Amino acid sequence: MMRFNLYSDFLACFFILCTPVMVEAQKADFAVYDSFAQLEARISSERAPVLVVNFWATWCKPCVEELPYFEALQRKYKSRKVKVILVSLDFKSQQDKRLRPFLEERKMISEVVLLADQDADEWIPRINENWDGAIPVTLVFNRRKHKKGFHKDQFDNYCDLECYIKQFL
Amino acid sequence: MKRLASILVLLSGVFLLSMRPPSPSSYLIGDKAEDFNLQSTDGVMVSLASYPDVKGYLVVFTCNHCPYSQLYEQRIINLHKKFAPLGVPVVAINPNSPEIVPEDSFDNMKKRAEEKRYPFNYLQDREQAVYQKFGATRTPHVFLLDKDLYVRYIGAIDDNAEAPNLVKKRYVEDAVAALLNDDYPDVEFTRAIGCTIKKKMVAK
Repeated sequence: MMRFNLYSDFLACFFILCTPVMVEAQKADFAVYDSFAQLEARISSERAPVLVVNFWATWCKPCVEELPYFEALQRKYKSRKVKVILVSLDFKSQQDKRLRPFLEERKMISEVVLLADQDADEWIPRINENWDGAIPVTLVFNRRKHKKGFHKDQFDNYCDLECYIKQFL
Repeated sequence: MKRLASILVLLSGVFLLSMRPPSPSSYLIGDKAEDFNLQSTDGVMVSLASYPDVKGYLVVFTCNHCPYSQLYEQRIINLHKKFAPLGVPVVAINPNSPEIVPEDSFDNMKKRAEEKRYPFNYLQDREQAVYQKFGATRTPHVFLLDKDLYVRYIGAIDDNAEAPNLVKKRYVEDAVAALLNDDYPDVEFTRAIGCTIKKKMVAK
């Protein structure tokens, strides 16, 4: 009897511990960060010399308009080690209804993460003091050359984005 | 040498002051706002002076199409229901150009106000001059004014757009409570994610 209990406990533990991981692994093509600290950790762990971080959402029209420019940038500069991270500010509750179908339909190649930290007044100034939360905005880092940029608002076309990023290469 | 050093310190101070980041809002806390005269969905022209016996105004830049505005819609209605009887009504202004966002046309504003039974005035900033004067950048964006139109609070309604039941900091409610108490709010400026205000393109 004791043995049976142990066994079933083990099984229960196995399912409790592993099920969420398994489900997550099947579905996830973007990381979900509940806290801004997770995004900071992701950014600081990036090894590409130039990192471009764009804040956007599927519901934001100007953001969606400029997404193809970021995709084109990622395609063109991949070999030269520019890394694009698209930080979606979509609602976490709609990730399967809105964000995932959106990404699948567009077959996005850039890394996408979902930032679901709701305490925006806490983390927005940590991105940039001059940002009050309207999107899109874009951050650029070149850690080796200690260059950092913050671009408010939409890029008008691919050239506009590329010219901006070139200052940091 | 000492004198040169002090001049340099002074100069760098002036330089640093001039380098101060531009304010994210045109009106700052303590500035006096200018009254406006905009058409409401009821068809009448509304200015702040047309409200009799108020203790303040919750000027909320919001709109039809933005998902953040939609998430906050009920909370904006609740704010009016709670504070209008105490003398601080909501004055909602749609700053978007209907040429860019047809969903924010005056007819669609009327429809929305009727459907959702807005208890407050929903005004159209047709010339897009009022939002620029206030320095609103997104929807929703709240400006709390006292009865003399001095700005007391600028920013978000609360700290959780997506889940009203998980809200911890009720910025606007706290700011209005302070105003009604003849006091100033502890938090007078907050940032929040929102939709950019859609400005009509002007031919260059």
